[in-house]
Amino acid sequence: MVTATSDSSSAEPSPARRDRSPWNWLLAPAAIAPLLTFIFNRDEPRLAGIPFFYWFQLLLVAFAAVCTSAVYLATRRSGASDEA
Amino acid sequence: MKLDVTELTVFTVLLLAVTVLGFLAARWRRTRAMDDLKEWGLGGHQFGSWITWFLIGGDLYTAYTFVAIPALIYHVGGAGFFSLPDLAIVYPMVYLLLVRLWSVSKAKGYVTTADFVRGRFGSRALALCVAVTGILSTLPYIALQLMCIEAVLRTMGVDGQWPVAVAFVGLAGFTYQSGLRAPALIAIVKDVLVYTVVIAAVVFIPLKLGGWGHIFDTAGHKLSASGTGRTALAPQGQLNYASLALGSAMGLFLFPHTSTAALASRDRKVIKRNMAALPAYSLAVGFIALLGLMALAAGVVPLGTGDGGTDSNTVVPLLFHQMFPDWFAGVAFAAVGIGALVPASVMSIGAANLFTRNIYREFLRPRATPAEEARVSKLASLAVKLGALICTLMLTPQFSTDFQLIGNVIILQTLPAVGLGVVVRWFHRTGLLAGWVLGMAAGLWMLYRIPNPATHHAHFGGSALPLSELGFHTHMTMYVGVLALVVNLVVTVLVTLACRALRVPDGADETRTDDYFHAPAGSAKTPAPLPRPAGPVVAVRAESSPS
Repeated sequence: MVTATSDSSSAEPSPARRDRSPWNWLLAPAAIAPLLTFIFNRDEPRLAGIPFFYWFQLLLVAFAAVCTSAVYLATRRSGASDEA
Repeated sequence: MKLDVTELTVFTVLLLAVTVLGFLAARWRRTRAMDDLKEWGLGGHQFGSWITWFLIGGDLYTAYTFVAIPALIYHVGGAGFFSLPDLAIVYPMVYLLLVRLWSVSKAKGYVTTADFVRGRFGSRALALCVAVTGILSTLPYIALQLMCIEAVLRTMGVDGQWPVAVAFVGLAGFTYQSGLRAPALIAIVKDVLVYTVVIAAVVFIPLKLGGWGHIFDTAGHKLSASGTGRTALAPQGQLNYASLALGSAMGLFLFPHTSTAALASRDRKVIKRNMAALPAYSLAVGFIALLGLMALAAGVVPLGTGDGGTDSNTVVPLLFHQMFPDWFAGVAFAAVGIGALVPASVMSIGAANLFTRNIYREFLRPRATPAEEARVSKLASLAVKLGALICTLMLTPQFSTDFQLIGNVIILQTLPAVGLGVVVRWFHRTGLLAGWVLGMAAGLWMLYRIPNPATHHAHFGGSALPLSELGFHTHMTMYVGVLALVVNLVVTVLVTLACRALRVPDGADETRTDDYFHAPAGSAKTPAPLPRPAGPVVAVRAESSPS
């Protein structure tokens, strides 16, 4: 994993990274789970006739949306500079 | 196909209506004269959450998505469903990066990603590479949109190139006149139509075809009978599926049209909200993709192109034609047509901005005024669309997804400078240049090695490289874009280390850490002064420290 912006060198007094938050870790499973094909590459169980392969991936889209929304809502207060 | 008057009338009326809307958009929420590139090319930097949602949505979820992705699934089954994981992972992946890019662009007055690269790494050559890559990758993408309009017209019984040329003239006209405001406004109409059609299709077509279970079973039998695919993935196809999803997602926000749409938003919050809300479109795409299997189950056979080939893009339009009453099929076709105009317009604006800022102003006329920039960009947008039109005439519509995937291989080579550049400044400009050159060469060489079994062409026939080509004992294939990006990154790191060891002078970084998190107050009205390319770049920090 790459670290914070490297130009925050000690020579230049600058505030800490303002988007650092433990909530950001929620983005990782959302970005990785849909790539793990071995989990969902199967037909059963079907949902309303739709194979697992399809409905589970649709579910993963919703999962990604929930994770991203959670990060946004949880970190909304800390980022005071979000509004122009 | 026989000419269908009802469908054609509904289609034409709706397309004419949005064209008029596109021209009127020039007056929409305008605060300044249109003769400023930020006004024409970024809509004045003032799009709020809703408009941005429609605009990025109109940009990412295009006619190509509605037509070419289901067509791919029609042919290969589950392997074509990679767009869904692609569109699931892209938002969590770029969430933090895109906000930083927005902030630094706002603070420094950047209009394009190449502007950012020049400021960040102090290299005009690298910025030029990024700009050229962006323009080249956009041309086939616009061409694909025009081909989707062609497929819809073909289904309605209108053959030949001239109707596409007519749509093209309307597109060029309103883009020239209204800039980014036109696609932003039209995108709202597009979404209303698209969602209506998707809901109708997902509810009614399975009812007519005997339920979802029957659709998947029938499609599965047909796929295994023809031997071209299955409803899920073949064991040796899993790596390709995951690498395609990953590669497409990494490339998505590097394209000039997507970064342009994101940079046009008003503040950081707009971007964050959109990253959380845009997956709603991804769900719609998932269902749209299933139209390919519905078409297979319904026994749709794609139309011929007249010169012996088949136009796979006609699969979805034909399904609509069979399943819907004529007037509603006309609405569905209009949704596809408008879904082509919106991204084509933004793409031509994004590419034109790159030309104006990073080629014209950088190398030809360093003293160009904002008014002159806007004028050049307008003309460049016409040139870009003309280039795309020529692409349309040269490319065959069969498996048009491959052209998009090849464009994505190219744009991915800008990831180290742009995508990683907003996080780390460690890379040396020479390293990034070398990485770009070799990544591009590796990508094009691998694409050259891939034959197309369907058309019997020996080269450039797809984007999945058999790993046996690289000496691995396996039947697995992998997306060329990801492989080329690995080459790029390895070279970038090695050359950077070498440059640091040899103390090769690095470019100056004009951005500061604060710029990446900061939203300059009141800058919506008074944009930061543009960085001047002429003369020595004033270094904010004297030397970049290899930390």
